[in-house]
Amino acid sequence: MSYVLEGDATARPATPPALTQVDPRYRVVAVVAFAITVVALHDFAALLIALFVSAAVLLHGRLPVANTIRQVVTVDMFMIFVILSLPFTTPGETAFTLFGLEASKEGIGDAFRIALKANAIVLMMLVLVGTIGPVRLGHALSRLKVPPMFVHLMLFTVRYIEVLNEEYQRLRTAMRTRGFRPGTNMHTIRTLGYLVGMLLIRAFDRSERVLQAMRCRGFTGAFHLIDESRPAGLREGLFAIGTAAVLAALIYVEVRHGAFVSR
Amino acid sequence: MAPLFRVEGLTFAYPGRAPALEGIDLELHARERLFLTGANGSGKSTLLRCLIGLARPQAGRIIAFGEEPTTEEQFRRLRCRAGFVFQDPDDQLFSPTVIEDVAFGPLNMGLPRDEAIAQADEALAGLGLDGFRDRITYKLSGGERRLVSLATVLAMKPEVLLLDEPTNALDEVTTDRLADILTGLPQAMIAVSHDPHFRAEVGTREVFLHQGRIVAERPAGHGARRMGA
Repeated sequence: MSYVLEGDATARPATPPALTQVDPRYRVVAVVAFAITVVALHDFAALLIALFVSAAVLLHGRLPVANTIRQVVTVDMFMIFVILSLPFTTPGETAFTLFGLEASKEGIGDAFRIALKANAIVLMMLVLVGTIGPVRLGHALSRLKVPPMFVHLMLFTVRYIEVLNEEYQRLRTAMRTRGFRPGTNMHTIRTLGYLVGMLLIRAFDRSERVLQAMRCRGFTGAFHLIDESRPAGLREGLFAIGTAAVLAALIYVEVRHGAFVSR
Repeated sequence: MAPLFRVEGLTFAYPGRAPALEGIDLELHARERLFLTGANGSGKSTLLRCLIGLARPQAGRIIAFGEEPTTEEQFRRLRCRAGFVFQDPDDQLFSPTVIEDVAFGPLNMGLPRDEAIAQADEALAGLGLDGFRDRITYKLSGGERRLVSLATVLAMKPEVLLLDEPTNALDEVTTDRLADILTGLPQAMIAVSHDPHFRAEVGTREVFLHQGRIVAERPAGHGARRMGA
């Protein structure tokens, strides 16, 4: 759990990769720009280049391979049905027939495009944003003028998700020590209902206490983030130029090569 | 010298229940370390909460620093002078980093950023927590959380400390360290504690509650002797 929250700073190599040293704000903006560009691409050559760039960045970032693959596969699972059903639902020239269903060439192409786009973006995100850590990400978003409500919602979630998880684990342990074994019956459904209900009530009570503790320290509604990150330097400049170059190359390939193919 | 806190005939009941506090009279003087003790549900925590307006009594008066607060705004100002340390540090520490949490109070009091951070650093250093400022609050150990939550209140330079079971879930070493810290502080304080050893170590006076009433009162152990009481 805390690995997800913190990006596990302790497991990083001694000399961190240069890209993960770039100011988080630049990385967030770069990923957003990359995502928008890649989503708009249509040409296979451009999409393959995008995926290749992401993979290169991933290697540079030296993320734990097994973990990263697991995270990417998790995202792919969300799309698997879309990708599998697209060939059969998109009208067009028949490529093959399966159990009497016709798969169209256009549909197969679209399915591959979506898979390529999603994986390129997720990989890029894992390396550039995933390594920031939630706290610094919150600060970065705040300095990018993301609405404070959103930033604090995120930071409060990060702060209390672990507390709630501990509470859940305590309740589960208490249930187990009294011989509870989940099954398909009313007793299990009722018990799990109590568990969820109790968690909700406790979360609500805790939010009340947190607010009271904040009021005890003079809280009137204004939040203050203390962010002591250094100003942007040479690294950030190079990073911005590199990002712009990659995006420009992708667009160039899309326009030139894409036009050539369709001719 | 006028008492810092004076409570007269305080009565408080949660809706539809028997009174949690009934006719409480209490005074807190400068440099006193007053301990409230008594069985679970005897009203100790409720009394603390009444003092700073987190619970509003049905009858009686609270006079703090010579004034009688009634509005939320008056209580808000009072809470900056009488710092309340919650029983569960997870309720108190809500910011992602330690320095943000400790500077939260000073910033709310309207201090400029640099001063607020300096005051926060000072509070951390005073508790031997230098080097904790950039730690993530939810990754601190139980003892560290307790000390940091004390720092969040001390950073506001309160004149009185209100502590709700400060030794709750602490090991002996951390309890002793907390006792040393509290006896070294200049502030008067009111604390709720079930730990007789801790009360004897830190307290100057003990007040016993039973079913919402004060039933006994006596000077406490070493604390009282240290003060020469």
